[in-house]
Amino acid sequence: MDWVNAVLQGVLLGGLYALFAAGLSLIFGVMRLVNIAHGDFIVLAAFLGLVVTTTLGLHSLVALLIVVPFMALLGYLLQRCVLNQTLGKDILPPLLVTFGLSVIIQNGLLEVFTANPQKLSAGALETASIPLGAGLNAGVLPVLTFAAAVVIIALLQWIFYRTALGRAFRAVSDNQDIAQLMGLNKSHIFGLAMALSMAVIAIAGIFLAVRTSFDPSVGPARLIFGFEAVIIGGLGNLWGTLIGGIILGVSQNIGAQINPGWQLLAGHIAFLVVLAVRPRGLFPRVDG
Amino acid sequence: MSDPILKIQNLEAYYGDFQALFGINCEVKKGEIIAIIGANGAGKTTLMRAITGLLKSEPDMVQWQGSPVGALRADQVAGLGIAMVPEGRQLFPSLSVEENLKIGGQVGRSGSWNLEAVFELFPILKERRNVPSTALSGGQQQMVAIGRALMSNPDLLLFDEISLGLAPIIIKTIYDALPNIVGDGMTSIIVEQDIAKALSVSDRVYCLQEGRVSLEGDVKSISREEISNAYFGV
Repeated sequence: MDWVNAVLQGVLLGGLYALFAAGLSLIFGVMRLVNIAHGDFIVLAAFLGLVVTTTLGLHSLVALLIVVPFMALLGYLLQRCVLNQTLGKDILPPLLVTFGLSVIIQNGLLEVFTANPQKLSAGALETASIPLGAGLNAGVLPVLTFAAAVVIIALLQWIFYRTALGRAFRAVSDNQDIAQLMGLNKSHIFGLAMALSMAVIAIAGIFLAVRTSFDPSVGPARLIFGFEAVIIGGLGNLWGTLIGGIILGVSQNIGAQINPGWQLLAGHIAFLVVLAVRPRGLFPRVDG
Repeated sequence: MSDPILKIQNLEAYYGDFQALFGINCEVKKGEIIAIIGANGAGKTTLMRAITGLLKSEPDMVQWQGSPVGALRADQVAGLGIAMVPEGRQLFPSLSVEENLKIGGQVGRSGSWNLEAVFELFPILKERRNVPSTALSGGQQQMVAIGRALMSNPDLLLFDEISLGLAPIIIKTIYDALPNIVGDGMTSIIVEQDIAKALSVSDRVYCLQEGRVSLEGDVKSISREEISNAYFGV
């Protein structure tokens, strides 16, 4: 029964990883930008949540109403003012600039909030669980996180394939010049994509902060989990990203079940195995 | 004489250090159909890229309805009513036929062209509206490219090498449809390597040679010999 439990908790953890990964996948798909600072933005969102809950006395999940729009706006401005200038034929400048952002965010947070681990409190929600019988329990918070991941991925999928905005995202991703000819301002479209990505980051950051303690240095590890989920699932496939997150979460929990020290290692091994067997991921996007 | 709708003045264009256009002058009046001919590398496509804003120039070098547009971005130029059917069709592979057309309409200019009108012009596209654009034949893709440009209800429509790589029968179908497209007073510029085809539908012709205008004039009054001299530069 311990094993069944490990798998169940792993699946739910996968929801959080999918949240880490969805924003990463989105902006890579639209503008071929790899955001090295992605994990640090997740941590930044977590700290923002901390500030909002402590100063305004709001419940952690209610804080989303403030943190999500704030991060989205930050994302739009960041893209228009900084990242658009780095995009071009060469993929190196955006990598370097986002790497620089990562360093700046980590040190900025360290300066303001110190290195002390912090945590967002969510009251009774943190320990509430749903008994599933046979000694199994699912925490309400992990279930909520997983549900949020499913809803967000369904929403992103809908935006991408059913709305004018999604059509513009795909057109700009296909051919920037011709998209410009059709009257789409790519700088603006890229800004909107980054805003959407940052909105998802904000949600991921808050769920992370309620689930576990965080400090300014934990961003890069979230980035790695996000990357692994995206690549296991296959680039450019959002549902694949969810599956990728689940595979990562389950492998980590099974590893931890065998030996507590093996948790992270097991996740990385699962990632390597997928990369070796299916280099394009399990569900790569089918291109024309 | 009415003022030209599009005026190109001493246009110079560069790709890095390479100069592609050397002081092009050209005027297009409302309702005219202009043919631009020239050999490979004469600068025809560069001229199209400069007009649409894909290639930036000095503001005054390209004037649209009296205002300088040379330094505007392509999406701003598109909003002013200049559309292009690009060389090689260049549809969006991730989008269906209908989505490709709708992208063209996203500029938000009002006019007589909409999805229904395009489907009426090319009925085969209505049947295949939901398939990916990559699943179409070359001729059908060209129809989508033309429809996509029309969807923005442009005042000026540029056709860049629309017969390139298509079977003669398809080219004929597309040229047969042209009068319906440009019929309602739309101004257009047709770039072609197939000189006879281009001249058969146009009012005036400009011939480019190595980045310069080597000949311009009324299609009716220009002789074949003059064209061939201007084309090959002998």
